[in-house]
Amino acid sequence: MLTNLLSIALGAILINNFIFSQFLGICPFLGCSSKMDTASGMGLAVIFVMGLASAICWLINEYLLVPFGLEFMQTLAYILVIATLVQFIEMFLKKSVPSLYSALGIYLPLITTNCAVLGVVLLNTQYSYNFIESVVYGITGGAGFMLAICLFAAVREKLEFADYPRCFKGFPINLVSAGLVSMAFMGFSGMKIF
Amino acid sequence: MTTLIMAIVVLGVMGGIFGALLAFASKIFHVDTDPRLEEVRACLAGANCGACGFAGCDGYAAAVVSGQAPTNKCVPGGKDAAEKVAAIMGVAGGDVERTVAFVPCSGENGVAARRFHYNGPKNCQAAMLFGGRDSRDCKFACVGLGTCVQACQFEAMHIVNGIAKVDREACKGCGACREVCPKKIILMIPYKQKVMPQCSSKDRGAVVMKVCDAGCIGCMKCQRECPVKPEPAITVTDNLAHIDTSKCIGCGHCATVCPRHIIRWQYGEPAAVEEKAAEA
Repeated sequence: MLTNLLSIALGAILINNFIFSQFLGICPFLGCSSKMDTASGMGLAVIFVMGLASAICWLINEYLLVPFGLEFMQTLAYILVIATLVQFIEMFLKKSVPSLYSALGIYLPLITTNCAVLGVVLLNTQYSYNFIESVVYGITGGAGFMLAICLFAAVREKLEFADYPRCFKGFPINLVSAGLVSMAFMGFSGMKIF
Repeated sequence: MTTLIMAIVVLGVMGGIFGALLAFASKIFHVDTDPRLEEVRACLAGANCGACGFAGCDGYAAAVVSGQAPTNKCVPGGKDAAEKVAAIMGVAGGDVERTVAFVPCSGENGVAARRFHYNGPKNCQAAMLFGGRDSRDCKFACVGLGTCVQACQFEAMHIVNGIAKVDREACKGCGACREVCPKKIILMIPYKQKVMPQCSSKDRGAVVMKVCDAGCIGCMKCQRECPVKPEPAITVTDNLAHIDTSKCIGCGHCATVCPRHIIRWQYGEPAAVEEKAAEA
């Protein structure tokens, strides 16, 4: 059981990293990575939402969609759940945990439309994970996202002083360096644990 | 057909429940915000410079409304903003003492010795990466590559003859330059302050003499001759003259006696100084 969870965790963080191997959640990855603090804020928010969304969507799937034979509606139902969940969390945090709200607050609405969050819940169903496995996959998938975005933020801070052709300035050089970082992560692909 | 109806019913019910939940939650978790918050925010300069010591204008507005901050902290907004904010908060406003940035370094090109010729990115932080020091021999000298110029939102910073100079009139005193300076030498001084020692070197006199033709050698002549008694307004600590701007009367005697001519008039230099020197 534990080894199984560990292999799910390592797989989600390194081998099948959401950004570098599955190419999900690219837009916050490029948009929020210009500074280390925003990157880590976004990463934390993603871990939080992915973990919760995995748990709730697993329950919805198991006790609502499967009994009624509505598995084909998964995508639609999950989008509904994630959007509601994020809204609800935002309101809840604003009232009850203002300190966490001020740390995550501005990133939460951005996550509503993050495809990595939708991706993690759809993959949970695809791999037919049980409840605990789903939650672990959600949280570690978020951790993988945070690792990726923080690594890339560090690369971008270095880029400030790099000497590259002027026509690459801005978005092009970011995409090129994102590709290079992603290639480094490709080194993990095909690795089998346990 | 049943599946179709089931799908519509289940998703419709789910949507309905979620909608109701959110509507209900927005009532339960409603947070009252003070209507004055936006009014105060509108009066501020909106540069998000951080001179007030809070995280941006929104942070300061929130602190003012909750009564944790005085109304006169917006330096770029000046007296106008302070009065408007005070009017909204219903307290007597106070004038903001205008502060300006000051670069205490006189190591212009040709004055301060250089260890090597720097030809890298035009950025002070980048230059400092080279062995933790820039190209000037003096550890305390202005790097002069203009990171503060880039940080200034009011075009008050310029590189003149190799070191940063502050345009006193354009400076709003936000302190953004002080934050980015890798050597942290930039000071905030009252706009009224007339003379300032234009050096930051805490090296001993002999070392200063070797690396710079201008720097303070800590001879203490200014401290001895300062007319403010019993505690002089200008004191030498760590081999460097410091002026206590709250005590300084702006007579400029220290500027006259300084053997290194490092205590300099920032404005309003009296013509009489030279005459006095001639008489003596």
